[in-house]
Amino acid sequence: MSQHTLSVLVENTPGILARVAALFSRRGFNIESLAVGTTEHPDISRMTIVVNVEELPLEQVTKQLNKLINVLKIVELDTATSVQRQLLLVKVRADAETRSQVLETVQLFRAKVVDVAPDAVTIEVTGSRDKLDAFIRVLEPFGIKELVQSGMVAIGRGARSITDRSLRAIDRSA
Amino acid sequence: MTTEQMTGAQALVRALENVGVDTVFGIPGGAILPAYDPLFDSEKLRHILVRHEQGAGHAAQGYAMVTGKVGVCMATSGPGATNLVTPISDAYMDSVPIVAITGQVPSGAIGTDAFQEADIAGITMPITKHNFLVTRPEDIARTIVEAFHIASTGRPGPVLVDISKDALQATFGFEWPVQMRLPGYRPVTRPHSKQVREAARLISEASRPVLYVGGGVIKAGAAAELKVLAELTGAPVVTTLMAKGAFPDSHPQHMGMPGMHGNVGAVGALQKADLLVTLGARFDDRVTGKLDGFAPHAKVVHADIDPAEISKNRHADVPIVGDAREVIADLIVAVQAEHDAGRKGDYRDWWRQLEAWRETYPLGYDTPADGTLSPQYVIERIGRLVGPEAYYVAGVGQHQMWTAQFIKYERPGAFLNSGGAGTMGYAVPAAMGAKVGAPDTQVWAIDGDGCFQMTNQELATCAIEGIPVKVAVINNGNLGMVRQWQTLFYNERYSNTRLKGAAADAQYIPDFVKLADAYGCVGLRCDRPEDVDAVIAKAMEINDAPVVIDFVVHQDAMVWPMVAAGTANDDIKIARDMAPDWENGD
Repeated sequence: MSQHTLSVLVENTPGILARVAALFSRRGFNIESLAVGTTEHPDISRMTIVVNVEELPLEQVTKQLNKLINVLKIVELDTATSVQRQLLLVKVRADAETRSQVLETVQLFRAKVVDVAPDAVTIEVTGSRDKLDAFIRVLEPFGIKELVQSGMVAIGRGARSITDRSLRAIDRSA
Repeated sequence: MTTEQMTGAQALVRALENVGVDTVFGIPGGAILPAYDPLFDSEKLRHILVRHEQGAGHAAQGYAMVTGKVGVCMATSGPGATNLVTPISDAYMDSVPIVAITGQVPSGAIGTDAFQEADIAGITMPITKHNFLVTRPEDIARTIVEAFHIASTGRPGPVLVDISKDALQATFGFEWPVQMRLPGYRPVTRPHSKQVREAARLISEASRPVLYVGGGVIKAGAAAELKVLAELTGAPVVTTLMAKGAFPDSHPQHMGMPGMHGNVGAVGALQKADLLVTLGARFDDRVTGKLDGFAPHAKVVHADIDPAEISKNRHADVPIVGDAREVIADLIVAVQAEHDAGRKGDYRDWWRQLEAWRETYPLGYDTPADGTLSPQYVIERIGRLVGPEAYYVAGVGQHQMWTAQFIKYERPGAFLNSGGAGTMGYAVPAAMGAKVGAPDTQVWAIDGDGCFQMTNQELATCAIEGIPVKVAVINNGNLGMVRQWQTLFYNERYSNTRLKGAAADAQYIPDFVKLADAYGCVGLRCDRPEDVDAVIAKAMEINDAPVVIDFVVHQDAMVWPMVAAGTANDDIKIARDMAPDWENGD
């Protein structure tokens, strides 16, 4: 199995998340991570979907996704030619004795402390999956009290945009 | 553009009229009630009041299949809508263009578990091509236009439009025409010319090609083109269950139907082929058998309008996305160009093999020694006496397979059945819809006694609305196909397949002749071979009422040949424990 990141441009209509998610589960695919948000165009939302799947089934799920009427475009983003980021918020045990070590780790990972309590700090960090995994590993010995992470978001490098043509389609039909 | 004040319900009726609907099958109820008021006044729409929403859905399918138009069914919220789930699923599996319109509770009550509330859009999400929930009157007309467009273009399929009661009741400024907003819907119909040329090259180079034809050829109206292509190439043709009639059964190049109950010649043709030219077919498991044993020596050209079908089950060496009619038309040109360049396949050895299979393993059946009626004989005689111009509508099971095997189809669309979904109970309401769509053509439902009891309430609709269908019930007193599997795979342990009482001389309940009579139909019974022709002739003479014939047939008849589920097509049996000799004729 290999990991693939799909950027899916969809019409911003009610139920679209359910349609996409249901399609993945019906066709037997597990979604590793999913992030949805609006784009520069109010009528278009963008989903970033990370799936663990072989090449052939990926082609099948992409084709099935394309058949959804509200799906405008699907692009697979390669890690080499795109920027892929996740956001992680983590609450770590940090008392007078360990706090300086925790803060050192925060600096090393270019993370940010967003809240401080007498016996814990809450840290925000963004990065690739690998970076976040490494960060969690280093923090674990201090005691992770709570952890939450967003889905992956991804965008291609360079000047080209995947939304241009889809926007034109939307404008034409409006 | 004109603007007119009206209610959402009036807008719905107007939009349906404007997109060319003439028939709606449905049942009113609370949430859809506002729509039934203007429907009462419509001079363009005939509403046929069915007895069960499932009947409305299958009738819409039958209507769509014979007219080529979009079939329409209507139901209220909650149970009305959920009763449509089976026919919607059936239409999805067999790519039948229908639009289902359902009432929904008022938008303010959605999500509150209101009386007769069901999230039908959510429920039908995986079994519709698309669906809509409409809560504003100004969206109704546009949604109807979009629904009909989606249902009828590309790969056809069912579309559900769920409309909240308050949207139907509200008054607003109706505008026509409306502009569709479907930026994400762009079906590809024009095939890629390079791929078509590559397919033509493979056809010339092949020595054992087969045209593997599916229901897409009928949907695309490509039967005439298919005949030209077949005769130009000289390749054998097999037509799947969904493609019966796409190529005349009488044509010498027709090898028959492949699949689980296909004939040896058709199954053998696919298994030994070196090239499959797949046209509007989808490598369904009932055709391929065990996938890794299917057509092991063949390269595959796969043309389909749905890109997701290509390489889904079997890798396509030459994928062609496009409408079957355009694909075949382009293939004709490309194959002709190959011939003009002096490249033409030599299939003489192939045909020697095919002819040998055809001669050695024709379709057949045993006549019961005890003088009881053989179901295959009944169906064969119906086909012979009623002829190729009629529509034949089968339910699901043994009788369906025999109807595919023993009636000769000469024209596309003459055979309607539930192929993908395998919906028992399809026949009677689908025949009703077909008869409404083609009132001047004979429509014969060929049903099993199990199937018949699932939807025969629509006989009342047929009698009252003047829809004189014929229903031949192939009554073996059992769930025949399930019983056949119990015979073959469960040591003849007939668990819950006998529909008669346990006693050997038990009378069948209900008496189908009395039932027919009670429903205002003519009921006939036949249990002797010598009476078959006369009873069919009698049924054909009756045109002012639906006719039900109870053909009481032998219960042990089995459908052969058979590829057992999960086995490879090479292991086809022509009768119990009897395998064909593939090398025969070499």
